[in-house]
Amino acid sequence: MQNFEYKITDEIGLHARPAGLLAKFAKQFHSDIKMEYNGKSASAKALMGIMGLEALRGAVVSVTVEGDDELEAAKKLKEFMSENL
Amino acid sequence: MECKGKKIFEGIAIGKISYFSKKEQTVVRKHITDKAAEKERYGKARDKAIHDLHELYETTKIEIGEADAEIFDVHSMMLEDDDYNNSVYNMIDQQELNAEYAVATTGDNFAETFAAMEDEYFKARSVDVKDISERVIRNLTGEKAAVLCSDEPVILAADDLTPSETVQLDKNKILAFVTRKGSSNSHTAILARTMNIPAVINIDVEESWDGKMAILDGDKGILILDPDPETEEKYKILLAGQQQKRELLKELRGKANETKSGRTIDVFANVGNVTDIAGALQNDAGGIGLFRSEFLYLERDKFPTESEQFAVYKKAAELMAGKKVVIRTLDIGADKKCDYFHLDQEDNPALGFRAIRICLKRPEIFRTQLRALFRAAAYGNIQIMYPMITSMSEIRQIREIVKEVKEELQAQGVPYKDAPEGIMIETPAAALISDQLAKEVDFFSIGTNDLTQYTLAIDRQNPALDDFCDTHHPAILKLIEMTIKNSHEAGIWTGICGELGADTSLTETFIKMGVDELSVAPPAILKVRKAIRECD
Repeated sequence: MQNFEYKITDEIGLHARPAGLLAKFAKQFHSDIKMEYNGKSASAKALMGIMGLEALRGAVVSVTVEGDDELEAAKKLKEFMSENL
Repeated sequence: MECKGKKIFEGIAIGKISYFSKKEQTVVRKHITDKAAEKERYGKARDKAIHDLHELYETTKIEIGEADAEIFDVHSMMLEDDDYNNSVYNMIDQQELNAEYAVATTGDNFAETFAAMEDEYFKARSVDVKDISERVIRNLTGEKAAVLCSDEPVILAADDLTPSETVQLDKNKILAFVTRKGSSNSHTAILARTMNIPAVINIDVEESWDGKMAILDGDKGILILDPDPETEEKYKILLAGQQQKRELLKELRGKANETKSGRTIDVFANVGNVTDIAGALQNDAGGIGLFRSEFLYLERDKFPTESEQFAVYKKAAELMAGKKVVIRTLDIGADKKCDYFHLDQEDNPALGFRAIRICLKRPEIFRTQLRALFRAAAYGNIQIMYPMITSMSEIRQIREIVKEVKEELQAQGVPYKDAPEGIMIETPAAALISDQLAKEVDFFSIGTNDLTQYTLAIDRQNPALDDFCDTHHPAILKLIEMTIKNSHEAGIWTGICGELGADTSLTETFIKMGVDELSVAPPAILKVRKAIRECD
């Protein structure tokens, strides 16, 4: 299991478009990818769920990756998030 | 009858109201037996919706712009969402319900989740979920989307408009939008602004208004129903003025700010926040000549953080995409007050503790802003401008602090970029030593409002002095001329960002003095361009 925290820096927060791009990106991995924030949890592969977290700018989101490609997935997700979110 | 709402986009429209009533999609709950067939029906309807959304994305991108088209890309992503699809499939599978009902219920559930959120942006997304669900249901039932039926241009009234309805309306037939619901964050609002259509929301529109004469005043955020002839006459004059301005816009957009003899002068915009930048771009600003950073500090109860400021400056730099963005550092004091700064009461605030003086005496405030500015400079063409300079020693102190800030960023490994640094020339002292100052900075911008106040010893806030306030006073013009000349001798540029910059009776004078840039309020840009093009 891999776990990391990421702080959202995008001005509007984890809004529709970046959430959609993140979901698309996350889908390429086999691992289960879970995002948690403020007591809510969602799969990083589902746009609506990610938006449902209502993570605004400054929110620290916890990401848990579990599966056969978890190492690579966690590394690439971290990169993706710091570039786009 | 006059109704007050919330203004979304300025402008005036006079015409008949057309009430846009949606055909309510009456979805009937039915029990089904062939679950596989029902799921296939859903799959086909959804795929068609996704296909249509891709087309809508392409059309909008060409007709309106990529930023506004993105919503349709998001819509198709929503339809591809696992949670959404699983919800529909589960209802078909487990409850043996028809696809229409499963989609409608799923859409309502997600819309409710969004509507219950606190943040305005996320709240506004509930309309998007409804929009996509209606689209799929229409494909399932074969019903057509509601269309606007009218031969003449109308003021479109509706309960609410979904993004796809807004885009698919025939723009030539719409004078204005007025809706009961919506928010300034809704896509309809954003599109109204992009398409230059006056819009007011939060007005209790009624279906019985259909066909009635009305005036929509987007500047004031009001709708006047059945106006009396006197009011209508008054608004017709305003409308004519507005049309003239739009004609000017059409005629001058994209043209160079070039005099008859071929000299080009930059015409930039003065803005007070990030939203103003849209207006600056609409009016064809070549850059931002004055970005007032005060809005970050005013109307709140604590200092803005570095990351808050960084986000704003970065956004401004990105929106201007490589064009100059001159950001003026904190100019609090005098008439602009903030309680949490805990500044002492002064007998003479205009001559008091303000602007750069606060920054140098309380460097912790200044440092935060500088860090945010140099970090944001990595994202575009940011230039930093210091206000209320009167001496060389102030420049040296600023230098020292800037050096420390950069060293700190470097040591922490935080990315930043060097940015040109200039000063406001708004005191007679600065103008008189502009020869020395010019050797130390990268540019000048003349703030004529304060320069006038300090040169003529006339309090700007005192209307009783209006008769004495000669803004064209030769002393002021001399100081401006001297500043421009000294800047050119040192090889740097000078702009004018005060109100005089937009005074077209002086444009020719300034050009003769050699001014490099005029920065004015966005609506004045094209007027100034016109004046420049008429100069020899």
